[in-house]
Amino acid sequence: MRAAPGSPATFSLDGQDVEFQAGETLIEAATRAGRYIPHLCWHPDFHPHGSCRLCTVKVNGRAGAACTMQAAAGQEVQSDTAELNAQRKTLLQMLFVEGNHFCPSCEKSGNCLLQATAYQMGMEGPHFEQFYPNRPVDASHPDLLLDFNRCILCELCVRASRDVDGKSVFAIGGHGIHTHLLVNSDSGRLGDADMALGDRAASICPVGVILPKRRGFAIPIGQRRFDQAPVSQQTQGDGDSP
Amino acid sequence: MTTPAPLPPLQAPRKLKLATVSLAGCFGCHMSFLDIDERLFELIEHIEFDRSPLTDIKQVGVCDIGLIEGGLCNAENVLVLREFRAHCKTLVAVGACAITGGLPAQRNHMDIGAILTDVYCTRQGLSASCRIPDDPELPLPLNQVHPIHEVVHVDYFLPGCPPSANAFWTFLNDLMAGRTPHLGHGLMHYD
Ligand code: SF4
Ligand code: SF4
Ligand code: FES
Repeated sequence: MRAAPGSPATFSLDGQDVEFQAGETLIEAATRAGRYIPHLCWHPDFHPHGSCRLCTVKVNGRAGAACTMQAAAGQEVQSDTAELNAQRKTLLQMLFVEGNHFCPSCEKSGNCLLQATAYQMGMEGPHFEQFYPNRPVDASHPDLLLDFNRCILCELCVRASRDVDGKSVFAIGGHGIHTHLLVNSDSGRLGDADMALGDRAASICPVGVILPKRRGFAIPIGQRRFDQAPVSQQTQGDGDSP
Repeated sequence: MTTPAPLPPLQAPRKLKLATVSLAGCFGCHMSFLDIDERLFELIEHIEFDRSPLTDIKQVGVCDIGLIEGGLCNAENVLVLREFRAHCKTLVAVGACAITGGLPAQRNHMDIGAILTDVYCTRQGLSASCRIPDDPELPLPLNQVHPIHEVVHVDYFLPGCPPSANAFWTFLNDLMAGRTPHLGHGLMHYD
């Protein structure tokens, strides 16, 4: 359907019109309009990835990822429904048991998109059995630390390192549940890769995998990003790690 | 027609029975519960404590609510948890440890035998005769720490490490009023 000349094209999101520009995805247009669609692997500065499935919405009755689907005039999009939010909670519970998300000792707590999204979806407990993976920490880099047990495979670090830093320090390897984050160096250790603290990839991780050394717990409780307002009220775009 | 005044109840409503326990916990969830401060006096109008670290009752009786702090790290934890499940109508996993295993589950990628040897035998400052305690009186540790929902059915989860006093208060009031507990922004946290 073509919009009348001069009038902006719109789709409806949970019953309210959202304007969009040609070529925009549903989540881009919604975010620009200050509307929240849950997401983990999408970041406004990067190409979509489509791995977390948190952004799944119903478009004219059919499920699709809001981060990969282009907006078109007249689409009826449902996002904030009991059914979709229940599915999102299940996806979050899967991500939580798949890793070791011991938030009480995680330096990212309060600034973590996974945690904030779980709060938003009312995830009280993990529901599934814990996997308790055992992936050793990589502390070989002088300024950065990697705790692979918290990785949600969003590939943001891969995209940032390749597309912004021009270094391709990170990659995703393996299959199935053994899929994991890799460091592209001969030894496989971050200390031997061409990585610097100022790289975009060093601050892009939405969870607590890529952490700066000697700077943990710097923000007082109460002032951390998601202490101040729930994630649904922070749709200006995803900031990098503080 | 005039509506007759409602009859006064013959007796006050029965107080709810509440049992609490700490398994592989740090007692921090109990301390946070006590942080409701003087609201405890209000609470005690509606509930009666059964077995709890705060009472002297040794065996858990039939209860309306059981609050479980801590995960499962040894055989005795599992027995006590099963007793609580058998006696409590509503069982609540309280705090990160009961819900996910918590920070104690960070031992899960280590061998339990090696940990015990490190702590009881080879650590510096131990006398030469030190060995791993082996009296049958002592409960054997489990190979790994587990959250309680992996062993018994859990009705509700009250997250936090520990949950704040306000989270306890909101949660218990919802439960006592027969509502599904709901923690909003600020009360819902995992850390
Ligand atoms: S990465 Fe986020 S969800 Fe995982 S332990 Fe850290 S704060 Fe919690
Ligand atoms: S390390 Fe962080 S940014 Fe990279 S894939 Fe894992 S979760 Fe995503
Ligand atoms: S944000 Fe769309 S799949 Fe992750």
